Amino acid sequence: MENKYAIESNNLSIHYGSYTAVKNVSVKIQPQKITAIIGPSGCGKSTLLRALNRMNDFVPGCHVTGELFLQGQNLYGNQIDPVEVRRKIGMVFQKPNPFPKSIYENIAWGARINGFKGKMDELVEQSLRSAALWDEVKDKLQESAYALSGGQQQRLCIARTIAIQPEIILMDEPASALDPISTLRIEELMQELKKNYTIIIVTHNMQQAARASDFTAMMMIDDNRAGGVIEFDETKKIFTRPSDKRTEDYVTGRFG
Amino acid sequence: MYTNNHYPQDQDFRQALSGRYRTATIWQGLFLSALLIAIISLTALIYNVVDGAFGYVAFDYKKDPAEFTSTPLTELTQDELIIILKDNLSSGAYKKLENEKPMQKRSQAELYTLFLERLVQLDTKETWSMTNSLMNSEKIKAEVAEKYPTATLEFRSWLTPQFLVTPMSSKAEFAGVRTAVLGSLWLVGIAILFSLPIGTGAAIYLQEYAPKNWLTGIIQTNINNLAGVPSIVYGMLGLAIFVRVMEPLTSGALFGVTDSNGRTVLSAGLTMGVLVLPLIIINAQEAIKAVPDSLRQAAYGVGATRWQAVWYHVLPNALPGILTGSILALSRALGETAPLIVVGASTFISLDPQSPFSKFTALPIQIYQWTTRAQSEFHAIAAGAIVVLLVLLLTLNATAVLLRNRFQRRW
Repeated sequence: MENKYAIESNNLSIHYGSYTAVKNVSVKIQPQKITAIIGPSGCGKSTLLRALNRMNDFVPGCHVTGELFLQGQNLYGNQIDPVEVRRKIGMVFQKPNPFPKSIYENIAWGARINGFKGKMDELVEQSLRSAALWDEVKDKLQESAYALSGGQQQRLCIARTIAIQPEIILMDEPASALDPISTLRIEELMQELKKNYTIIIVTHNMQQAARASDFTAMMMIDDNRAGGVIEFDETKKIFTRPSDKRTEDYVTGRFG
Repeated sequence: MYTNNHYPQDQDFRQALSGRYRTATIWQGLFLSALLIAIISLTALIYNVVDGAFGYVAFDYKKDPAEFTSTPLTELTQDELIIILKDNLSSGAYKKLENEKPMQKRSQAELYTLFLERLVQLDTKETWSMTNSLMNSEKIKAEVAEKYPTATLEFRSWLTPQFLVTPMSSKAEFAGVRTAVLGSLWLVGIAILFSLPIGTGAAIYLQEYAPKNWLTGIIQTNINNLAGVPSIVYGMLGLAIFVRVMEPLTSGALFGVTDSNGRTVLSAGLTMGVLVLPLIIINAQEAIKAVPDSLRQAAYGVGATRWQAVWYHVLPNALPGILTGSILALSRALGETAPLIVVGASTFISLDPQSPFSKFTALPIQIYQWTTRAQSEFHAIAAGAIVVLLVLLLTLNATAVLLRNRFQRRW
């Protein structure tokens, strides 16, 4: 029962001060699948995503109620250290944000601070191979990561996340700053990665959600401007015969 | 679509447009004149300083050198000079000099200076500024010949290599800035050692750790206000705290130094450190703020603690900015005079500062002291000292800029 889902939320709500940004989200994310979160701007997709690895802890005034279970452990429990959560649930951001260091260091740093004891060179190569970047950068590992193109930088960020061997990878619109070719490469990469990882991705791009994800969560704001998941199902179903009228309007482009 | 067009057309528009250009030209002119005023002021300042540091000087000997030696002045050797000094100075005065620095260890130039200073007693009659000397050369020569028939007239640079390495003297001709330069360097060194780590630490705490509440708001406002507090107030603070309360520490009594009170270079350096602390904090905060948030998130995203994100990413990227801030602070500390007067810089001291517990003087103090003297030759050496101060300032800034660029290249 416990291990059936990769991550499971129970009435998860996210508040900024007295304002509730995301309300009562209860979803069960399947392991080794890609789950897309879609919805109009400002519905709290990114907020929800960031709540999953406690990135919101750094936002002043933000607090979370409800429960979020990773392998039977409530990630918002008292005993949980957020650093440990982020170690298990990695994150790739909207804008590629490699460290201003060498390509090698970008991957080695995260491993080193987490106490990696294996062979660093191997880890770097393995991670870069997994992120489909090795062939492009193997001869310039000591060069600055900033010299890479945007798409390469984003794949480096994915490699950096893989290197710490998380259980879940969160991606916050990872392709929104990239051109269509780089976007496609990221999507192909996601299909590779889901063999080993559970991926949760926020996207604005309806086609991307439709072609790249297995499950889709549709978010929408209510009258109090609080976002919530109004429908969560297999992607195929969401895009062909959604049960909620609002979802249908949104995915067919009649709204939002 | 628009039934009424409220915009001016053709001729009217062009007229209005030329009016807009006119306004722009007037403002542009004002900005240009502001720049010109700044440039003129700077040029005038530099001219004024240089003007004083060079020029004609008319001097005389109170006693004829021939009274002391038959050798021509330019051929006197070290040993001869020692003998002359020993024979002609009172034994007390000679002993005092011997105590300051043994005669045998003094160079020929130093001994010759002593000879001129103590025995033949060089006596400066009058000095002229550089411009005056160049423009009215003939007139000055005639004037000197008439007023001081025995005097020698010489075009002299008051700023000489000798000037840099000679300690203070009561005669302007033999005075130098050595003690003052060393004092200033000690001061700035202590100030930066004290304020850079503390200031950067405070900035990191305020930027990265402190919760944003009313208390940190008050602290922030006060730091900003402290940066504008007149320096004399810091002098009073330094006098009360470092010189008086912490005297056992700042005088070195705790470390076995006995012949000193709290008015040491350490007290003054710490006072300067406190003075520049708000500047360093504010600049470091700005530098830390400028590090993009995406970098912190990247670090947190791979499981870094807050400290690891700060230490490995925020700080290295903020370092060039922090150094730039320190450069500005350093310049401020180097030029400050008022707090040093209060803390008790010595106005006449010829011994180099040897340790943090030494008495000291600093360049601005020396300059201030010389400009208040009545004799015009002191004004000339004050101008020389100002040049030294400016060059020192530029050198320190250049060093810091180079340092900063090196850090920048390493990202």
